[in-house]
Amino acid sequence: MDDLREKYVGLIAQASDESTLEDLRVQAVGKKGEISLQMRSLGKMSAEERQVAGPKLNALKDEINSALAAKKTALADAALDERLRGEWLDVTLPARGRPAGTIHPISQVTEEVIAILADLGFAVAEGPQIESDWYNFDALNIPGHHPARAEMDTFYTHRAEGDERPPHVLRTHTSPVQIRHMEAQGAPCRIICPGRVYRADYDQTHTPMFNQVEGLAIDKDISMANLKWTLEEFFSVFFGTEVKTRFRASHFPFTEPSAEVDIQCRWENGSVKVGEGDDWLEVLGSGMVHPKVLQAGGIDPAEWQGFAFGMGIDRMAMLKYGIPDLRAFFDSDLRWLRHYGFASLQQPNLATGL
Amino acid sequence: MKFTLSWLKKHLETEATLDEILYALTDLGLEVEEVSNPADKLKSFMLAKVQSAEQHPDADRLRVCQVETNEGLQQIVCGAPNAREGITVVLCKPGDYVPGIDVTLSVGNIRGVESHGMMASERELELSEEHDGIIELPSGEVGELFVDWLAANDPSKVDPMIEIAITPNRPDALGVRGIARDLAARGLGVLKTCDVEAVPASFKTDVSVAIDADTLDGCPVFCGRVIQGVKNGPSPAWMQDALRAIGLRPISFLVDVTNYFTYDQNRPLHVFDMDKVKGNLRVHRAKGGETIVALDDKEYTLQAGQMAISDDNSVESIAGVMGGLESGCTDETVNVFVESAYWDPIQIAYTGRALKINSDARYRFERGVDHAFTPVGLEHAVRMIVDHAGGEASQLIQAGNVPDVSRSYKLDTDRCSSLVGMEIAADRQREILTSLGFVMDGDMASVPSWRPDVQGEADLVEEVARIESLTGLVGKPLPRLHDGVTRAILSDAQLRERSARRTAAVLGYNECVTYSFIDQPSAALFGGGDDATMLANPISSEMSHMRPQLLPGLLQAAARNQARGLMDQALFEVGTAFHGGEPGEQHVQVSGLIVGRTGPKDVHGASRGVDVFDVKADAEAILAAIGAPVKVQILRGADAWWHPGRHGKICLGPKKVMAVFGEIHPKVLAAMDVKGPAMGFTIWPTEVPLPKKKSSTRAPLVLRDLQAVERDFAFVVDADVEALTLVNAAVGADKALIETVRVFDEFIGGALGEGKKSIAVTVRLQPVEATLKEAEIEAVGTKIIEKVGKATGGILRG
Repeated sequence: MDDLREKYVGLIAQASDESTLEDLRVQAVGKKGEISLQMRSLGKMSAEERQVAGPKLNALKDEINSALAAKKTALADAALDERLRGEWLDVTLPARGRPAGTIHPISQVTEEVIAILADLGFAVAEGPQIESDWYNFDALNIPGHHPARAEMDTFYTHRAEGDERPPHVLRTHTSPVQIRHMEAQGAPCRIICPGRVYRADYDQTHTPMFNQVEGLAIDKDISMANLKWTLEEFFSVFFGTEVKTRFRASHFPFTEPSAEVDIQCRWENGSVKVGEGDDWLEVLGSGMVHPKVLQAGGIDPAEWQGFAFGMGIDRMAMLKYGIPDLRAFFDSDLRWLRHYGFASLQQPNLATGL
Repeated sequence: MKFTLSWLKKHLETEATLDEILYALTDLGLEVEEVSNPADKLKSFMLAKVQSAEQHPDADRLRVCQVETNEGLQQIVCGAPNAREGITVVLCKPGDYVPGIDVTLSVGNIRGVESHGMMASERELELSEEHDGIIELPSGEVGELFVDWLAANDPSKVDPMIEIAITPNRPDALGVRGIARDLAARGLGVLKTCDVEAVPASFKTDVSVAIDADTLDGCPVFCGRVIQGVKNGPSPAWMQDALRAIGLRPISFLVDVTNYFTYDQNRPLHVFDMDKVKGNLRVHRAKGGETIVALDDKEYTLQAGQMAISDDNSVESIAGVMGGLESGCTDETVNVFVESAYWDPIQIAYTGRALKINSDARYRFERGVDHAFTPVGLEHAVRMIVDHAGGEASQLIQAGNVPDVSRSYKLDTDRCSSLVGMEIAADRQREILTSLGFVMDGDMASVPSWRPDVQGEADLVEEVARIESLTGLVGKPLPRLHDGVTRAILSDAQLRERSARRTAAVLGYNECVTYSFIDQPSAALFGGGDDATMLANPISSEMSHMRPQLLPGLLQAAARNQARGLMDQALFEVGTAFHGGEPGEQHVQVSGLIVGRTGPKDVHGASRGVDVFDVKADAEAILAAIGAPVKVQILRGADAWWHPGRHGKICLGPKKVMAVFGEIHPKVLAAMDVKGPAMGFTIWPTEVPLPKKKSSTRAPLVLRDLQAVERDFAFVVDADVEALTLVNAAVGADKALIETVRVFDEFIGGALGEGKKSIAVTVRLQPVEATLKEAEIEAVGTKIIEKVGKATGGILRG
């Protein structure tokens, strides 16, 4: 029996492929295999002999079966290894292309602004970009002769010969949206109005179209001190660092008192760092809504008051992200879009920070 | 508005430094735009005295000077012919930067002799072009700063020029005196008195002035005096210096006086040469068509209603805007009529705008000068003319009356706190208003005549806060609208725009923001370009019309990128298109454009040219993202800028078009210089119906335990049969059992013959109750073949 064991263990170890192994299995433990035949011969043995030989034979059968299984796995592993050796790939080859789209900085910054001010309860209002001169000027306390009209470099729409209606304008600011909102919703209100605005000016730092966001908050007792707090909160979250503001007296026809707002900054090698240093950068116009503007919006100035502010979205994008040239915003140069654009899933929200 | 520091100090007694004044101006709302201080570049230079000057041993034209300086005796080699013992000079030491020669000095060695600095000429310090010798000063002590000496002896050389931006509400600050008043109110000094002793009348002139009755609302008062025997000529140096410093060219004394008071007290004046005026002066409205050559040498034709000043013959002045050349003063003028009038701001603004004249006078009158100062300003000018140029003044000629614009508003001292949020003591508020010229009578503040902008109580608050300084404002939290977590604020439309934008970017598109206006030919290619959407004053012909669609802007962007060698592009924009020229005739579109290949050529062979089914997939993905229904119709017959055979409208019924996708028409591409083919889509998010009920609950998920069965069918149909028709027919064969029908192959021509094609579909059957038996599957198959045959004429491919 030991001979048998030695013989088959040796043969199994030497087997070089699955068919040899199968032959060995048949020879050893197949129906007519040597071990099977010996097991059959157990019946002819005496009970005593059987008690000795039986377990031994069973053990031998188990051992051979295990050896066969182990060898089978080993052969399969070797075969797989061999196959895989042949499946070597140059993984330094470039991957299959997967185009990555981008979000324009104007969209991104608009969403950032909305995310911050939404937390203070400001809703988003929108309105026509072609406006009547009443909504764009008169309702904002800029009558026809007002020098501000001429200074705004307004685009007018064409009127045919003999058409005596005053031409419409391309809105020079998003303020007409405030008037329309006040007319429709009344007071109290908190809105921001982001969107495209137009002025006939084109040079290094001006484009005939740019993007603005204006804010309006009307209530019984809102003061300029609330405005200052709101803007400081806004800038600090927007720039991700505490930003001091400086209010300077100014004049806008639609606010009274009016203030230009500077933010704290430092200039370094021609680029600006917001929130540090001793310099000031003018970024925003603001003030308490003029009583005449409230009236134009159908709100009683004896009962209600509030603040308004306006800033350039493109300019805020330039400041925050260090984008040098305004004109490139509207050129759609693919290289620019890819470089300054934002990943599709980078959606601004306050929990992750902006 | 420009002025110099010394000019300011004519009205303001102050010890404040230049920096303090600049800071205060900006803080007061008179924003400093530019300062040029000639003293800056002269700061380091000191006075010195030449003790001895001896011939250089090795150079004929050089002298070796021993110079007494604040640091003792220094040796300086000098080539100036006037370098000699005893003169007081301006010393530039080693280390000093000398602006006129753009050199920072160091100790030199000139032909073997050490030289410790230089003695400067005027040109070397950029004081003048003078370079014949070094500066010799008539006075001064060794060690004294040169800028101090200049300030004491030749102040215009170190007079800082300040330019400030003037907001439209502050005409008073268009005069130096108004600026001084603001600074005095801020506490930076004391406003000097500025009274004038009127020149007594020496004779009575016969010249009269009349204002037409219909012109009194535009010119309520007109004052003048004639001065005889004036000697015109160059202005005194101080006035020439002052005018030059602010960028005005001195012309002659009489003209310079008018410019001086324009800037000094915001009082534009005009001077007529009386010898060129025929008869009397009349203020009237133009009939229209009158012509006048104005002081800028240009001829203007007046429009009916514009105000003019005429003599007995012709128009002599465009009232309040610009005088006429013919009756203007010259060096030869000896008899002069000095005019000081008040002109209505609105009428002047319209006249100036219509005639396109930008003059200092128009700029001031349209913002509003001080009515009450009209006769007083005249006396200032007459006094100055008579004092400097002699002559005798006539009596005052006046037509009309100074209008009474006096008004008072109640000063509510609590308002400053409630409106601005600053606590300022009531006494301080009254003090501020008083210092600005308001007259307080109890609670009532009477507005000074030079402040036309103050029209209500809020203006009083503004003045108080402005003078007190808004830097004192302390932020105060804006109360939350309600306690608790912030609620959602975006509208459905706004959310959709966001979803569309982010989805397009996920799909590999780069977002563009293109101009809302485009050129007429491009607009016309896309159904626009008519007069309704045309601008009256476009910035260029490239930007003449509001865009009717977003696609033309994207195509132009693609052409620009192709010119840069960027051939494979996927661009999109979410924005407003304009279907008319009235407010509100705009709508939001989401448009995408792809050109070139899906990517650069690669080892995987994955790159291929873009096609219609790329944009179809993208349009469908975006529609899905904004909640469009899955079941749609694909119809043809979209606008002419699409390839007629390669586009589809994604519709909910023929009139409800949610999107169009397709290939852009080759003619359009050629016209717009885009190398095609190009594929695009446009989605109208507002056309996608909103869900009827707002609910976050989803429909329950139904999972079948029984295994689905798939069977393939290939039909031969006519080539113009659309796959969707076939699919819909197949789906209709058994709505309960058929889960999906998916096209997986299309084969055209070949053995099928001309005009035929085969469409192969996989039908997926989902049993509900029990496993399907082969006979049941057969039965559905037969029904499908029958339905498809009926709908398309298709037969099962053998």
